[in-house]
Amino acid sequence: MSFITYLINGISLGSVYSIIALGYTMVYGIAKMLNFAHGDVIMIGGYIIFTIMSTMGLNPILAVVISIILCTLLGITIEGIAYKPLRRAPSLAVLITAIGVSYLLQNIALLIFGAEAKSFTSVIPIKPISLVGGRITISGETLVTIPLCILIMTGLTIFIKKSKTGRGMIAVSEDKDAAILMGINVNKTIAITFAIGSALAAIASALMFSTYTNLSSTSGAMPGIKAFVAAVFGGIGSIPGAMIGGILLGVIEILSRAYISTQLGDAIVFLILIIVLLVKPTGILGKKIQEKV
Amino acid sequence: MLEVKDLQVYYGVIQAIKGISFKVNEGEIIALIGANGAGKTTILHTVTGLISPKQGEIVYDGADLTKIPAHKIVSMGLAHVPEGRRVFSQLSVYENLLMGAFTRNDKGETMDTLQQVFKRFPRLEERRNQMAGTLSGGEQQMLAMGRALMSKPRIILMDEPSMGLSPILVEEVFDIIQSINKSGTTVLLVEQNAKKALSIAHRAYVLETGNIVLEGDAKKLMNDESVKKAYLGE
Repeated sequence: MSFITYLINGISLGSVYSIIALGYTMVYGIAKMLNFAHGDVIMIGGYIIFTIMSTMGLNPILAVVISIILCTLLGITIEGIAYKPLRRAPSLAVLITAIGVSYLLQNIALLIFGAEAKSFTSVIPIKPISLVGGRITISGETLVTIPLCILIMTGLTIFIKKSKTGRGMIAVSEDKDAAILMGINVNKTIAITFAIGSALAAIASALMFSTYTNLSSTSGAMPGIKAFVAAVFGGIGSIPGAMIGGILLGVIEILSRAYISTQLGDAIVFLILIIVLLVKPTGILGKKIQEKV
Repeated sequence: MLEVKDLQVYYGVIQAIKGISFKVNEGEIIALIGANGAGKTTILHTVTGLISPKQGEIVYDGADLTKIPAHKIVSMGLAHVPEGRRVFSQLSVYENLLMGAFTRNDKGETMDTLQQVFKRFPRLEERRNQMAGTLSGGEQQMLAMGRALMSKPRIILMDEPSMGLSPILVEEVFDIIQSINKSGTTVLLVEQNAKKALSIAHRAYVLETGNIVLEGDAKKLMNDESVKKAYLGE
């Protein structure tokens, strides 16, 4: 495989990381918490699509839409039951709860679907294309993933900048009390943020499992952690940061697997994260907290 | 229009407000004065629902505000300019002002209010697209006041509006407060600058460690020996 093909695959994988990282970064920006159960929503999304397609034989697109709806509801439910009561609790308590929710989701999946890994059928019916006389092959998944990622990113940026709800999100992320004084319902804003993050996780799950078809109860954990790394890499709380971080991470991962070592791919990814954080602790696009006089 | 009855507020086990009562009538400027830590800010935070009281009532237009969620209070016509301005630094001046009108659904009239705010604060119009975080302290105070006015409040709560401002700007801010009041908005003003506050207020309450120790006509309080000694530095 040529370098170009690796690069395109890296961007494609990175796009999936970006979409997941958006969920992490938005929730962090607005609720100031790390939702470690975010990765497991991806896994649940994968099982929903798998189940609908294998047992009901529905159209893949319809399965994805149902998965998006159910994951959105799951996200709102998790926030309402597990995190909302802890709004004024120390951040460590919230973090531990998030880890608890993560294990809960994994074990529920284990209970329902069993320990044996399932083989996911791609939801994308597009055939791969060959370029430059067959030297570069681009899979159908990649052809969908990259434009979709750009579309999500643009849509989300416009939504946050231009809509009333979006501006409410910026206000809540900056100063909760001042936001309340403006008449913004903080709880509702946080719930909407979880809903958006979870819907994105469902989209990411459809894209990811179409390429990496192995589906088990822990399938969401690793991409979840990598997307978290991508969010920190780009500057947690920053939406363009999540995008850049995700894509860089995907490219680095694929290239280091291709040229350095297949086994050490993940290790190299984390090593680069450590180096970036040593040089620029706020991440690539991370903002310094402005001190107000 | 606003009546606080036997308000008691605790921070954990510490009682910050020890059963105070006061009244704000329509059209008045009421000053709450007192030293740092007397509980002035706590009172305003309790009125707008950021803090829940242990006991007491805050009656506004016949409704008990302590039973209403904080985010619903602004649409009842009660705006709060918080201590330290608390403008949204990552939003532009214009966007900050729009946040002030967050609960309003009358787009055309909101734009009319915006024009009125720009008329009152020409500096804000000049800096309309500038990020609020890059404004000077005085401009941020104007923005915080303008933002509160965007909700078309009937009563406006102001917490230390003169804090950290130069003497000229302090004059300007108090002139603005008076003119806001003259155009029909009731004002509840919390200030450490007792002299200035008493000079524009109709009535005032003097707070000491969670209790009201003196109250009455602002001009009379200005001439009160104990007030002079403790708060006016005479």
